[in-house]
Amino acid sequence: MRRIIVAMMMAAIVGMTASVHAAELTVDEIVAKANDVSYYAGDDGRAEVSMKLSDGRSRDFVILRKDVPGGLDQMFYVYFKDPSDVRKMSFLVHKRPAESDDRWLFLPALNLVKRIAPGDKRTSFVGSDFLYEDVSGRGLQEDKHELFETTDSQYIVKNVPKTPSSVEFSSYKVWIDKDTFMPRKAEYFDKNQKLYRRILSNKIKVIQNYPTALEQVVEDVARGTSTTSNFSKVEYDVGLNDRIFTERFLRRPPREVTQ
Amino acid sequence: MKKYVIHMCVSILLLAGFSYGESEWMDTLSDAGVELHGFLDYSYGTRTQTDPYEDDRSLNELRLQLDSVWYHDLFTAQIKADLIYDELAANRDDIDLETGQGFLDLRQANVMFSPLLWMDVKIGRQTLTWGTGDLVFINDMFPKDWRSFFLGRDTEYLKAPSDALYVSLFPSFVNIDIVYTPRFDADRYINGERISYWNGVEMVGQNSILDTELPDEWFNDDEIAVRLYRNFTGYELAVYGYNGFWKSPAGMDPTTGKWIFPKLSVYGASARGPLGNGIVNLEAGYYDSVDDRRGDDPFINNSEIRFLVGYEQEAAKNFTVGVQYYLESMMDYGSFVRSIEAVGMSTDTIRDQNRHTFTLRMTWMLMNQNLILSCFTRYSPSDSDAYIKPVVTYKISDHWKATVGGNIFCGNDNYTFLGQFEDNSNVYVSLRLSY
Repeated sequence: MRRIIVAMMMAAIVGMTASVHAAELTVDEIVAKANDVSYYAGDDGRAEVSMKLSDGRSRDFVILRKDVPGGLDQMFYVYFKDPSDVRKMSFLVHKRPAESDDRWLFLPALNLVKRIAPGDKRTSFVGSDFLYEDVSGRGLQEDKHELFETTDSQYIVKNVPKTPSSVEFSSYKVWIDKDTFMPRKAEYFDKNQKLYRRILSNKIKVIQNYPTALEQVVEDVARGTSTTSNFSKVEYDVGLNDRIFTERFLRRPPREVTQ
Repeated sequence: MKKYVIHMCVSILLLAGFSYGESEWMDTLSDAGVELHGFLDYSYGTRTQTDPYEDDRSLNELRLQLDSVWYHDLFTAQIKADLIYDELAANRDDIDLETGQGFLDLRQANVMFSPLLWMDVKIGRQTLTWGTGDLVFINDMFPKDWRSFFLGRDTEYLKAPSDALYVSLFPSFVNIDIVYTPRFDADRYINGERISYWNGVEMVGQNSILDTELPDEWFNDDEIAVRLYRNFTGYELAVYGYNGFWKSPAGMDPTTGKWIFPKLSVYGASARGPLGNGIVNLEAGYYDSVDDRRGDDPFINNSEIRFLVGYEQEAAKNFTVGVQYYLESMMDYGSFVRSIEAVGMSTDTIRDQNRHTFTLRMTWMLMNQNLILSCFTRYSPSDSDAYIKPVVTYKISDHWKATVGGNIFCGNDNYTFLGQFEDNSNVYVSLRLSY
């Protein structure tokens, strides 16, 4: 019996040291790790996404991502499958957190590759409650981060924009799991400090050693709408070729998205 | 009449079948890599004034589009066809796949494959587009359907299909596109059937359908278009070449009185990339009117230099503004004027040497991007004419979409490029069910 108690105490101490060790992470390290887990798993990735909007509309697409080695730059390719007004459209992003992204949209009916003006990243992604920035990530340097609270299992980080006029929120809090650094919840507060928007990451599953949220829900608390994204056929380190992320494959979707 | 009603009934039944169509046979097709989609669209439009030569109604048509794609391991095949009941069409029976006349308009019928890792080939009927302009085309010498566009059909109909071999090569240093069209594909140009026009002497319409002599000999009256392009740190640079014909009538055969499509070569370049908070584009082209290089043939268009600069920016959240300046400058203008005088024609109604055009596009997305307000305006201070295209689109659901729009032309004179269409100003509505 005593042995068991000793063992439990040992475990507790080890556990405590572990958490003490983790608590020693600076807030910048925590958000950097969380950003890494959310947007940079593996060298590349592929997922099928089914978005359901609370008004009954839906958006189905395949998303490919590839990281540019040695930095935070990434390339995204999105191929829309449904509904009809976006079907067979493809969307290419060369993301450069340090400057503005390069974005192109392919309109199949006209066989037209359209360059999209950089614009506000906090506008709706294909009419859903997700914002463009939720999909491609927000530059860490755009906010001041503060470790607001630490619970047994989570860090709660408060983020305040450095340029408040550039965004619609005054701050947002993110709940980050200590063990995986997966952000599980984000809450956005308007200029009157009132909660108006919430993002939840659910159904966490470890895929190829990368914790992955298979469901994301955005609630627009102020307007009473929500969008749920379900991710399926998630794969990492697929070995996507750089050339997929060019005009060639905007005009003719690669097998990676059509099959 | 009965026949068309039957056509449409069959179409609607088919459509009904598809739209309820997570049916078994759709699944079977889908499992085999075949996708089948499309829409049913009804459009009605009316002129906002009376045109002495045209119907008061500008549109009254029901259109069923079937679009099927087959993704095979070795190739992708696509067929897209419209079945149309167009109440205002002069001829619904005789199908002409080139002009789109008749109850069938074949939009796509092609096979795409990659014989080499750095090569794509698409052969068959296809829609082709390149260049940087917004409704201004300098180096895009692929056929346009201005008729459909000005009547208010969906923007996808601005592009008429090409029957072509499209080869793309992707060596590491540059991308190369080569389009070979074995038989000239003209624009679906304004010919008086649905839109009245200035024929050089007076306004005419259905009383004087444009009579043309179309170059149509296979492998002889052919076209070739080439584009070389690459991306330099976010800036897309391209050079273009074209050898073929003026795409819309650009001359007249004085012996037959028929309008002709004289030979044309185009050489040009473009650049597009970020500037400030927006996207800037520059494009230029030299139109070498091969059959009238000295510019002294009054019956054939002179050579021209065309130049475009544009800028687009998100001016506010969900609100985008794009502006363009476009110049068409005629070469050998003096020779042109003298040649007109020499044949005793009036020079009062001839075009200016420099035709300046400004365009403005505003797009405002509201209600989660389900309501889109857009307005495109084209104004020429040198021609003193303008074209305004306001469009309101509302996506009722993922399947239903309603559109209300207009095509408003105004001008001081009947003989200018846009002014001639003044009596064709129209408003339209359309309702579309997609599946």
